[in-house]
Amino acid sequence: MKISLEKRLTPSTFMLVAVPLVSVLLALLVGAVFLVMNGNNPIEVYTMLISSAFTTSYGLTESIVKAIPLMLAGLGVSLAFRMQLWNIGAEGQLYMGAVAATWVALTFPQLPSVIMIPFMLLMGFFAGAIWGLLPAIPRAYLKVNETITTLLLNYVAILWADYLVYGPWKDPEGFNFPLTPQFVPAAILPSLGQSRIHLGLLFAIIAAVILYILIGHTKWGYEVRVIGESPAAARYAGMNIKKNICLVMLISGGLAGIAGMSEVSGIAGRLQHGLSPGYGYTAIIVAWLARLHPASLALVSFLFGGLLVGGYAIQLMGIPAAIVNMLQGLILFFVLGGQILTNYNIKISLKNKENTPKEVG
Amino acid sequence: MKAFKKLLLLLMAVLLISALAVGCGGNGEAESTEAEAPQEQTEPTKVGFIYVGPIGDAGYTYAHDLGAEYMKKELGDSVELIKVESVPENPADAERVLNQLVSQGCKVIFATSFGYMDSVIKVAAQYPDVTFLHCSGYKTAENVGTYFGQIEQPRYLSGIAAGKMTKTNTIGYVAAFPIPECIRGINSFTMGALSVNPDVKVKVVWTNTWYDPAKEKDAAKSLLEDGADVIAQHQDTPGPMQAAEEAGAYGVSYNSDMSQFAPNAVLTGPVWNWGPYYVRTVKAVQEGTWQTEEYWGPMSDGIVDLAPYAEFLPDDVKQLIDSKKADIISGSLNIFTGPIKDQTGTVRVPEGTTMTDEEILNMDWFVEGVVGSPK
Repeated sequence: MKISLEKRLTPSTFMLVAVPLVSVLLALLVGAVFLVMNGNNPIEVYTMLISSAFTTSYGLTESIVKAIPLMLAGLGVSLAFRMQLWNIGAEGQLYMGAVAATWVALTFPQLPSVIMIPFMLLMGFFAGAIWGLLPAIPRAYLKVNETITTLLLNYVAILWADYLVYGPWKDPEGFNFPLTPQFVPAAILPSLGQSRIHLGLLFAIIAAVILYILIGHTKWGYEVRVIGESPAAARYAGMNIKKNICLVMLISGGLAGIAGMSEVSGIAGRLQHGLSPGYGYTAIIVAWLARLHPASLALVSFLFGGLLVGGYAIQLMGIPAAIVNMLQGLILFFVLGGQILTNYNIKISLKNKENTPKEVG
Repeated sequence: MKAFKKLLLLLMAVLLISALAVGCGGNGEAESTEAEAPQEQTEPTKVGFIYVGPIGDAGYTYAHDLGAEYMKKELGDSVELIKVESVPENPADAERVLNQLVSQGCKVIFATSFGYMDSVIKVAAQYPDVTFLHCSGYKTAENVGTYFGQIEQPRYLSGIAAGKMTKTNTIGYVAAFPIPECIRGINSFTMGALSVNPDVKVKVVWTNTWYDPAKEKDAAKSLLEDGADVIAQHQDTPGPMQAAEEAGAYGVSYNSDMSQFAPNAVLTGPVWNWGPYYVRTVKAVQEGTWQTEEYWGPMSDGIVDLAPYAEFLPDDVKQLIDSKKADIISGSLNIFTGPIKDQTGTVRVPEGTTMTDEEILNMDWFVEGVVGSPK
């Protein structure tokens, strides 16, 4: 008997829906074993996990609050991934965006909100874009591996932000703690009603729509996809690969920069150490789970935000944080693992005569 | 009667949810739940704790959790504990977890790390009938108090042990962040060591993290390779102590008694004893006598102390530390009384004067004898 994987010509639509559902169920099932071993009732825990994130209005709004930076940074990295550019640097690009937005807020506190916010947005995008462009240039012209350079630039950006909050931007009234002064009200993104959902949500949605149109319905988008799937063909067709690498990384970084800007202006109200609990890295997972598609990215970011929100909520029932992390890990493991079934057929043959020689797992 | 009670519970649940739905605008709702409070007198007071690390860190969070459990034991059925561990110090998460604790019915909430400060102030403004206590911060409100202990006192004493035991006259110090809390700890430790050994140098390495066992251990290793034969730490885990143990060096631990993780290394170390403070505070809230305060407990209160001495610590050193400890408790020894010189040799605190609390809380310079940068 032989088991092999065969690539589907087109991803199966049925599997596209069924696989994530079954994967999540399997993950919950495996998680249940550990919960029972820990003396918890898995049904109660899962009910709490879901209800605290999705059924109360507070939970819903908080899941969206978590989704905003994930979506913005996720959109950014997904654009780069389309072109097979492994931008692992969203975390650093996010921090640079936050730094630039903070610079605006601290340097021009007298600006009115209508000028201040667009200015912060612009600078946030710009700083993130520069941080994306830095590794793009050596990648385009010298073939320097961007996985390494984008990753390493994260540390530079985070330490740069740390330097500023420990040094020149430290709040003089802050007892030497690593915080900038609180922003003036004009530099705070307006939020929806009494919730913490801020204008960043709109930025994310607009960015998703623009990306959707750019990638799916423009000549440039077509170029990006062709370069990603077959650089040789793209070169033969006369596409400017070098220019596009730089452009894609620039936009990719800029979007993460907006995530940083909206986080610092919509949530924190100041720059501080540990602004992001790893949004830039989580965004990579979100992008892949959403199969790099802008619309599904919005949905996956929301669900992932809920998973994070619900994760803390079940601690209130006395579940240790380690089990929460494990549950989150299980869900990801099964969902990502299951994705192979949407792209591949499992073929089981009793005799190995008809096997095609290529793509045998 | 039973049905009525159920109805009342339901009503309260609905009120709570709607109060949450409208968020901070719910002043009116908050008052109406307050009005019903007397009817649940027999209900236990729910006390929430949010921790920055996992309870199993064997250090900072563990010490807080020992205090929480001690409080639960002392106050028995009149309290119910709800804990959330590993909550990152960014406003996006901290604010939500605090809100969730309130929605679970917590009447007293202890936020045990500095980074929760803004979130505590924000959430507390929405729930005037909930008492918030924030550890190590500087912002208070009518329903927000701060608390911390003068851990630099036992740190000074632990410096004496280190200064006596070092042979290379080089002590390594692994510290989290260049914030005043760590800086004044390093300074008092160094002054303690210098008081018994004028040739001692204290080399500082910043890790930029409170909780990262591997990174803390690596930082200690680099100091050991650099000639240190005693390792002190301002970190949350026993990682640096384990590095000292493996290298056959000595260690001065922090937070809780870490000797079980490095039995041949740990000499002693400053420890937290939060329990009595938690008991006192929760009791005061229950009795309605609590008032906002900035508590900065000295060693004489017992909130900070030294871990038990290692058996191999020579008797004369033990006696010396004991006598200095008595001096600190009686008030005849003040660590921050001059002359104190900074790293450049300039006298910062002249002989005969003592630093004010504000100067101590703002300290951003190292004393003479420290090698490293307070930035």
